[in-house]
Amino acid sequence: MLYSLIVPLIICAVAVFALHKRVDVFAALTTGAKDGLNVIIRILPPLVALLTAVYMLRASGALSALENLLTPVLVRLGIPPETATLIFIRPFSGSGALAVGSEIINTYGADSHIGRVTAVMLGSTETTFYIIAVYFGAVGIKKTRHAIPSALSADLVGFIVASITVRLFF
Amino acid sequence: MAMAWIWTAMIAFSVIFGLLSGNIDAVGASALDGAAAAVTLCIAICGATMLWSGIMEIMRQAGLAQKLSKSFRPVLNKLFPQTRENEDAMEALSANVSANLLGLGNAATPLGIRAASEMAKMTKRKTASDDLCMLVILNSASIQLIPATVAAVRASAGASAPFDILPAVWITSVTSLVAGITVSKLLRRFSKRGDRD
Repeated sequence: MLYSLIVPLIICAVAVFALHKRVDVFAALTTGAKDGLNVIIRILPPLVALLTAVYMLRASGALSALENLLTPVLVRLGIPPETATLIFIRPFSGSGALAVGSEIINTYGADSHIGRVTAVMLGSTETTFYIIAVYFGAVGIKKTRHAIPSALSADLVGFIVASITVRLFF
Repeated sequence: MAMAWIWTAMIAFSVIFGLLSGNIDAVGASALDGAAAAVTLCIAICGATMLWSGIMEIMRQAGLAQKLSKSFRPVLNKLFPQTRENEDAMEALSANVSANLLGLGNAATPLGIRAASEMAKMTKRKTASDDLCMLVILNSASIQLIPATVAAVRASAGASAPFDILPAVWITSVTSLVAGITVSKLLRRFSKRGDRD
């Protein structure tokens, strides 16, 4: 009930507030929607490449081998071992993580524990190495000092806490 | 180039593993399935992604991003003590944070880079300053209010309430960001020597 209210409430509140501020709400909506379409168009080519690779890896049995390998560690951390591949690819590739994550969600169900943990992991972490490369590359930094270990610890804590919060809320 | 290596390794690994495990037939069949699944996924999440991008654009035009920026200044001043006095950098930085919060990735990155180049100018070194590291940590922790793409994926997979993960996502994001900041504050003492090059 509460969550089914969130979406219409946000949309309605934003539209009313913006209209009050004399914003052309409809034009803004369509401009933004066009940006969203561009995002989809931009992620489709890498998604084709990466989902092909992920499907091949899964069919070869390599993914379940990786899962088996990581299961003891992940179980100890309270993380569902089925998310092993996602954890592996998350810091390197955003579309790769989306590819793997949506596969897991579709396989185990959006409302399953595994599906929810996957969604929370996807929603609360970023493509760390990409961000580091973009920012430090743009300003010509060679020595990154503690940036990489700190950002990766944030990711690791995110993966662990994702499993905990899903258990708490559902 | 990193992705070239990762992707080739994934393909090579699945061929080798498929040959060894006798699953090579399935590997061949699944390659095209994967490519088709990418298109299915994009179509499935396209509508919701476009809608949320539109809503976020309305928020931006209504000045919500600037309001957010202002409210974050006190926190950012504490997190970025070396940059605090540099008005241009702090303005770009708070705009970067609020764009991230609203999920406006396209707008966030150029703003963040503007803040980063101001910070780099202040040190004039090839070594990252504490503040520059903090900027990267802040951006590599996902802090968006509405994870629209994930919700779209959940909706397309038949979730009863795609947004019911919001509180869990918020708590997880904040915890992981706090962890990143804490680790960086601990580590910066040990990496002080690298400050001079």
